[in-house]
Amino acid sequence: MNKPFDPVSASAAHRIQREESAGYDRRVIDYIHHAAASGLYEIRGLGAKRHLPSFDDLVFLAGSASRYPLEGYRERCTTKTVLGTRFAKKPVELDIPITFAGMSFGSLSARVKQALGRAATALGTSTTTGDGGMTQEERESSKTLVYQCLPSRYGFNPDDVRRADAIELVIGQGAKPGGGGMLLGQKVNPRVAKMRTLPEGIDQRSACRHPDWTGPDDLVIKLNELREITDWQIPIYVKIGATRVYHDVKLAVHAGADVVVVDGMQGGTAATQTVFIENVGIPTLAALRQAVEALEEMDMRGKVQLVISGGIRTGADVAKALAMGADAVSVGQGALIAMGCNHDSWFGDGVAHSAESDYAVLGTAPGFCHHCHTGRCPVGITTQDALLEQRLEPAVAAKRLKNYFKTMNMELTTIARACGKSNVHNLEREDLVALTIEAAAMANLPLAGTNWIPGA
Amino acid sequence: MESVMLDRSPATTRTFDLEGGSTRELNQFLHTDLAASGVRRVEVLNPKGAHSIAVGVNHPVEIDVQGHGGYYLGGMNKHASITVHGNVGWGVAENMMSGMVRVKGFASESAGATGHGGLLVIEGNASLRCGISMKGIDIVVGGGVGNYSAFMAQAGRLVVCGDAGDALGDSLYEAVLYVRGRIKSLGADAREEPMGAADIAGVGDLLRRAGLAYDPAEFKRVASARQLYHWNADANQEY
Ligand code: SF4
Repeated sequence: MNKPFDPVSASAAHRIQREESAGYDRRVIDYIHHAAASGLYEIRGLGAKRHLPSFDDLVFLAGSASRYPLEGYRERCTTKTVLGTRFAKKPVELDIPITFAGMSFGSLSARVKQALGRAATALGTSTTTGDGGMTQEERESSKTLVYQCLPSRYGFNPDDVRRADAIELVIGQGAKPGGGGMLLGQKVNPRVAKMRTLPEGIDQRSACRHPDWTGPDDLVIKLNELREITDWQIPIYVKIGATRVYHDVKLAVHAGADVVVVDGMQGGTAATQTVFIENVGIPTLAALRQAVEALEEMDMRGKVQLVISGGIRTGADVAKALAMGADAVSVGQGALIAMGCNHDSWFGDGVAHSAESDYAVLGTAPGFCHHCHTGRCPVGITTQDALLEQRLEPAVAAKRLKNYFKTMNMELTTIARACGKSNVHNLEREDLVALTIEAAAMANLPLAGTNWIPGA
Repeated sequence: MESVMLDRSPATTRTFDLEGGSTRELNQFLHTDLAASGVRRVEVLNPKGAHSIAVGVNHPVEIDVQGHGGYYLGGMNKHASITVHGNVGWGVAENMMSGMVRVKGFASESAGATGHGGLLVIEGNASLRCGISMKGIDIVVGGGVGNYSAFMAQAGRLVVCGDAGDALGDSLYEAVLYVRGRIKSLGADAREEPMGAADIAGVGDLLRRAGLAYDPAEFKRVASARQLYHWNADANQEY
């Protein structure tokens, strides 16, 4: 039976009554309600959640008729990586080009730092301290430990400088370039407070600028001081949060860095203002291209090594970063996830224990958690709570980290061989094309199936 | 007196002339050969404002720098006792752990920045950010200090015999500041407090060690009001 024509059907009327605004969608409404209720901006962990042009938007052109691939399982493909060949008498030698990013004791428990060290040692790679000094646990468990020198200088001391394998002077972090560290009171337990010389339980907001130098000319002198203290033995890295990458990389090289670390805006954090995470800095893809250009223009590629970080998650990401010109990558958030971040369970005594109710207490669920700032990490990673931290067994966590990095490394060599490279560092820009115009423009690569490089 | 005489005997003194030599040679000696050398005093001639003089020393030794030093003189010092017979650039004794650094002249910015221990004496004036982020060091300034001194100072004591500039002790933690002269302005969360008996004794001891003959009772005490230790939206805090 035909219904009479109804110019405004009931369902259409219903939809019109519920039409969502693009400008004031539920996300924005929630944001305004939260601001109105609390008078305080949102602070959270994890990195940028918004969609960004990324390594996912690139694909490889492997061997075919014009160039031939290597046998997947029979022909060698080396992954050895050396960082700090410019001035250091003892460069950092790694078996793989994948390293652990700097994460602080304070944001992470001492057990996590130990797990990272154990895994790094087993993998033949390096791990890095963070904004809270060097713990005995991580020094003992790490064969190669990079010691960060941050604006706060919490726990920074010459004895640890002397037992470091490299120094990383941190100018900025991808999640918050231009911002200082943050550690909320719940995580400032007696040990953390003592290491940082702070009162227990305070909401720590650290400085964003270094206390004893300002600007690129001073940086030259500061790096020289660190070299003098370490007798020019170990590499000095400079880490920048990705903003004006092209200029910053040039300045870091000019200042005498052995290694430049560029951290893009997808980089993680344990506690930062959401407005900062989502709105400051540029994507890792764009940052990497600018960093490589700066090095090439200075004729410093291969002389000053480039480490890229910020949203490196898979072996494909590593391969793409190397092909674009990075010498190594650093992984932070991915490492936490490998240890069980956002997992529904934690593992103790060989048994899985559900953590769902603990996520629920935080108002979240596995897969959506970004609550590192609370110190109530349901799986015992980003916590200083004596009970919660027991949920992470260093041996188990180290094994998982090792598996994750091994997987990425195998994926990397799989792609490198397919591209005909017997050394992962021989991957090149020629091997890549972009899937989107944005990625093509940012990475300065042709759009797939064309010779078109936007802006070139 | 006797030990000083002994220290200054030629057999236990080693001289580095930076006119012909380099800071590199000096620091390498201080780091690797000093301990076994029997040298108890090192004299640095013609520093001419060179940077990173005597950084990272980890041994009890007397070092006399005969002239002006550049940035980071005595940086990260442990155990050594360093005297500069001149002025210094930025970050003198930055991150010092122990020992002593004495500047006979003036010091530029960020003197004693992030220092964890030891005593820094500046007989003249110190510029901006003196004692920034200090973490336990004691600093005595014979003259005045510039703006933003003791910014985010976490622990230790800063004694200023002259005047202090703007925003003294901004975002102060547990460090305590003592000023004899005028304080142009206090920074956020810093407040003046009455001098107690322990303050008088402490300042007296520091002045004695610095060789400055002022009466501790003339000093004002500045410490943290601890209002910025926790987030508080209703207090209109600046974040
Ligand atoms: S599971 Fe733990 S580490 Fe992961 S986001 Fe939540 S609080 Fe942070």
